[in-house]
Amino acid sequence: MTTRPNVPFRYALNAAAAAGLYIVLMILIRAKVLNRYQALMLIPIGFNIILAVSLNLSAGFLGQLPLGHAGFMSVGAYTAALFSMSVSLPTNLELPLALVLGGLMAAVFGVLIGLPALRLKGDYLAILTLGFGEIIRVIILNLKFTGGAYGLKGIGRQTTVTWVYIFVLITLFILNTLIKSRHGRAILSIREDEIAAEASGIPTTYYKVLAFSISAGFAGVAGGLYAHYLSILDPSSFGFMKSAEILVIVVLGGLGSIFGSVVSATVLTILPELLRGFAEYRMVIYSLLLVAVMIFKPSGLCGRYEFSLGDTLDDFFTLLRGKLKKQEPVARKPATPEPAAPEPAKGK
Amino acid sequence: MMTLVYLMINGLQIGSIYSLVALGYSMVYGIVKLVNFAHGDVIMVGAYTTWYLVSRFSVPAWIAALVSVAVCSVLGMLIEKIAYKPLRKSGRLSLLVTAIGVSLLLQNAMQLLFSANPRMFTNIFTGTMTIGERQFSNATAATIAVSVVIMAGLTLLVKKTKIGKAMRTVSEDNETAQLMGINVNHTISFTFALGSGLAAVGAVFYCCSYSQIQPTMGSMLGLKAFVAAVLGGIGSLPGAMTGGLCIGIAESLTKGYVSSQLTDAVVFGILIVVLLVKPSGIFGRPHNEKV
Repeated sequence: MTTRPNVPFRYALNAAAAAGLYIVLMILIRAKVLNRYQALMLIPIGFNIILAVSLNLSAGFLGQLPLGHAGFMSVGAYTAALFSMSVSLPTNLELPLALVLGGLMAAVFGVLIGLPALRLKGDYLAILTLGFGEIIRVIILNLKFTGGAYGLKGIGRQTTVTWVYIFVLITLFILNTLIKSRHGRAILSIREDEIAAEASGIPTTYYKVLAFSISAGFAGVAGGLYAHYLSILDPSSFGFMKSAEILVIVVLGGLGSIFGSVVSATVLTILPELLRGFAEYRMVIYSLLLVAVMIFKPSGLCGRYEFSLGDTLDDFFTLLRGKLKKQEPVARKPATPEPAAPEPAKGK
Repeated sequence: MMTLVYLMINGLQIGSIYSLVALGYSMVYGIVKLVNFAHGDVIMVGAYTTWYLVSRFSVPAWIAALVSVAVCSVLGMLIEKIAYKPLRKSGRLSLLVTAIGVSLLLQNAMQLLFSANPRMFTNIFTGTMTIGERQFSNATAATIAVSVVIMAGLTLLVKKTKIGKAMRTVSEDNETAQLMGINVNHTISFTFALGSGLAAVGAVFYCCSYSQIQPTMGSMLGLKAFVAAVLGGIGSLPGAMTGGLCIGIAESLTKGYVSSQLTDAVVFGILIVVLLVKPSGIFGRPHNEKV
């Protein structure tokens, strides 16, 4: 499998698969196979995927440990909400504009916080981002135009399954291509060994801030989707526990695996709902599962595995071809028995 | 002037609670390099144990406090044995996520047992005393006095006893300590027990002055104590003590002179300034990465 994959074909294949999945989802919703409640669940799954994948960029690929992702999410959420509340454009123009604006604002905050924060390493960086996350929350709590502790109410419920789907695709596409590009390799080299990366001429500060702010930006987009889904924003929902929740999704899925984050975000969003039958026990079961997975598989469910539709299909066809080839000689095996090996002379 | 003294004394009170909790963070970080996010919830368990014994069985308060110290010590040891020990060799991140998981577990288990409603905690130290024109509750005096005694005792324990020496050695170099015949597992267990016991003492005093307990009370208290530990230099015991007092006084002054809403912002602002100016804290030793 050393041959280079046919890139345009791969793009077409993935686009077709994405469109196919969308059509299947829409048919399921229209045909009432998924009821209204289940269809609405697709939206939190979507923004949790964006949150997890974006955090994975700075935690899994850059190898830092940010604990303030909810802070960036809240910046995006409030920016997007305030924008869409102050203008009146057609919905299909207003929502994407609000999301892009929210994402940009969060990315700016990412640069502002990243520049000082990324001078530190390891635990200190984690603590610093935690501090910044909490400060963002306290500031929102004390500002007038964000509604303070009463929260922001009356945001249009504009988030639809389609918009979430589109933005999940955009996030996955951008992050996936970024990781596979030259910039992505620079980011990975910082994870492996920062000193060695710097010695090889990689501007480590630039790439660290770049990855950090891209990660923050997508958290902002997810925040915007969240705001237009719930229609109210409350600063207390963006505390440390929210950041921890996102980190849990990422680590459980596997640090450095986008596929893992997607799977884990989906499972962990559905799981508490499935456990709703156990009502009061559900959060206990959830936290027990979390500790158990960490003890028995500390690298996360998927490790660093990445799913690629093209590779999987290639492998499948190679396997199929291999099977056919193996069967062919058996089918028309000519009667040419192999020359019998001469019997080893027995010990004299 | 009197206001300043009043605020300072109040700051010392809440500060000594932060110190007691911060000591647990600092010792555990020193020895296993883990930010133990479940530590805040151990405080919560301590508070609930005391409350339960006093309100249901009308046990004398000081016995209830001692029992809760014992319960928390055992809990801390169990958490380490079950959740952290299997992960000691794997990455820091998975250890951190496990700590978050344990924290969630404790919070939700407590919610299941005693519901999410806040409970009223009756003050153990009744009565007040007068300094100048202001009145202070006896809880304030007791908190400060007991904390000073405990910290002196702890310093002696770490400096003078055999187990204290073992703790210092393991935090210096885990593997070499093992080669020198120190039982690393025992030492780590002991550290967790000690830290959690201190957290329980902090919990009792915290409840005496705030009188309300609920399952999520530990997270903010824990985070602030953690900031205190970082301010003093994480891993250093005198650091945790001074850091706690500084945070307490800063908080009290902000409440008195600025606005009670901004206390959290000031605490985390201090954290950020410290990390940017001197990440190793007041008493910490800077460490350089070697190639």
